[in-house]
Amino acid sequence: MEIDPFVFRLSIFILSIFIGYYVVWSVTPSLHTPLMSVTNAISSVIIVGAIIAALAEGGNIFDTANIFGYLAIILAAVNIFGGFLVTQRMLAMYKKKKKDK
Amino acid sequence: MSANILAIFYLISGVLFILALRGLSSPETSRQGNLFGIMGMAIAIGVTIISAGNFSTGFLYLIVFLLVGGSIGAFIAFKIPMTAMPELVAGFHSLVGLAAVFVAISAFLNPEVFNLGTPGNIKIASLIEMSLGAAIGAITFTGSIIAFLKLRGIMSGSPITFLGQHYLNLFLGLTLIGLIFYLCNTQVDTWFWTVIIISFLLGILLIIPIGGADMPVVISMLNSYSGWAAAGIGFTLENTALIITGALVGSSGAILSYIMCKGMNRSFFNVILGGWGATDQAQSDRSKEQKPVKNGNADDAAFLMKNASSVIIVPGYGMAVAQAQHALREMVDALKKNGVKVTYAIHPVAGRMPGHMNVLLAEANVPYDEVFELEEINNDFANCDVAYVIGANDVTNPVAKTDPQSPIYGMPILDVEKSKSVLFVKRSLSPGYAGIDNDLFYRDNTLMLFADAKKMTEDIIKSL
Repeated sequence: MEIDPFVFRLSIFILSIFIGYYVVWSVTPSLHTPLMSVTNAISSVIIVGAIIAALAEGGNIFDTANIFGYLAIILAAVNIFGGFLVTQRMLAMYKKKKKDK
Repeated sequence: MSANILAIFYLISGVLFILALRGLSSPETSRQGNLFGIMGMAIAIGVTIISAGNFSTGFLYLIVFLLVGGSIGAFIAFKIPMTAMPELVAGFHSLVGLAAVFVAISAFLNPEVFNLGTPGNIKIASLIEMSLGAAIGAITFTGSIIAFLKLRGIMSGSPITFLGQHYLNLFLGLTLIGLIFYLCNTQVDTWFWTVIIISFLLGILLIIPIGGADMPVVISMLNSYSGWAAAGIGFTLENTALIITGALVGSSGAILSYIMCKGMNRSFFNVILGGWGATDQAQSDRSKEQKPVKNGNADDAAFLMKNASSVIIVPGYGMAVAQAQHALREMVDALKKNGVKVTYAIHPVAGRMPGHMNVLLAEANVPYDEVFELEEINNDFANCDVAYVIGANDVTNPVAKTDPQSPIYGMPILDVEKSKSVLFVKRSLSPGYAGIDNDLFYRDNTLMLFADAKKMTEDIIKSL
């Protein structure tokens, strides 16, 4: 009997939810805003789907399916760069007492 | 590149994303965590481009679009003021949502590319996954737009409710399920488009009844949705990195929503069903009798704080609105020179998103080890000489502990009233968001400072 690959993916999904649960509870409350911006940036990994979709069949920019891929690339790219950079900017501001000024 | 090696790389970037979140457990490790996140993303994008093996004109467009999007993102990231963080995050969520919708559409139009079958004959499982991804993505998109408009002040923050609203939403939700079922049976693309359109509508309807101060829950919830949408697309594309990330982001947003709801002592459904704050407004108007208030000025406040041995600052959304965090920090510096011990107390739902106040204080160079969460600091109010409440209101209202009739009864509050004296910076006596009068205003140990938060703080600095 063979196991459907879907079941493997479902296993990864469920286990990742648990990892996420424990990892996020350990995030200090003062970093909850950077947590949101960084999760926002990493969820833009959806760009891999956009790239595959855009480059399909030679990546013709006038093909409807490809256009949606290209549009998704722009949206995800805004998020990736914006998300990581703004997180970096915020995190750079969190300083301890000694490093004051 | 073989599919197996590709999958390993996606796994690696998934692990790096886990480490990115893990890094946020302390400010020290957080910057490194962010680098892990960037590495994970670079790996995922890099191997995808290489495996596509298409270095024709399409590749050129890809680079151009990446750069265009990237520059827009970078520009926003550097220009955005820290006080605008909540709307920025809401805006970014909407982009993830829309990107998920676009990828789903693309996969629907051209399923061969993703090995999902042929148009009109897509595998049922894939069809369910992509419709779910598209639906959640669409809800995230329009929902986040509404949240963005409310946070930005373009749209009023007050809840918009109408008769039968919840039944309409329920009906639309059930319709969505029915449509996805039909879509799987018939493979007719009209149903697919209808699913997306109804989801867009549902996203709007779900967020309009939720009021401004409940935005911390809404943003966290939309954060969670964007994760589930990514996971849905991840299943469609059979991509591990997306599935892992989607699950991480989904649970992260869910936990944040839970923390925010707990901070207000309300159930998740109570917040989502919305309309809070609207009904209570009438009540407070009725009970508005004239009670004596002690009114002070900047000199009084400066005198009180200068002669105190410890001061606790309680910032709230009003501080963000007035952009008073820098002035506040200067005031604290002046106090410290006088030998006063100063700490900050932050309520979980202060501001418009989780951790909003912490970021603003960090921006003003307040060291994070002087900033404390509710449970850490609440016992200290009893031993503190002055509590300086700047822009916070409902989260300090003692009514939450004493009056079972009050809508905020049971909400954990900062025990500001226990300190020897309370300085309350506020523009007027108007009730806070919840529409309830704050008992604290009329206490003997409270001195009201009626002014803009920033101006008052600056005046105090002058008097110090």
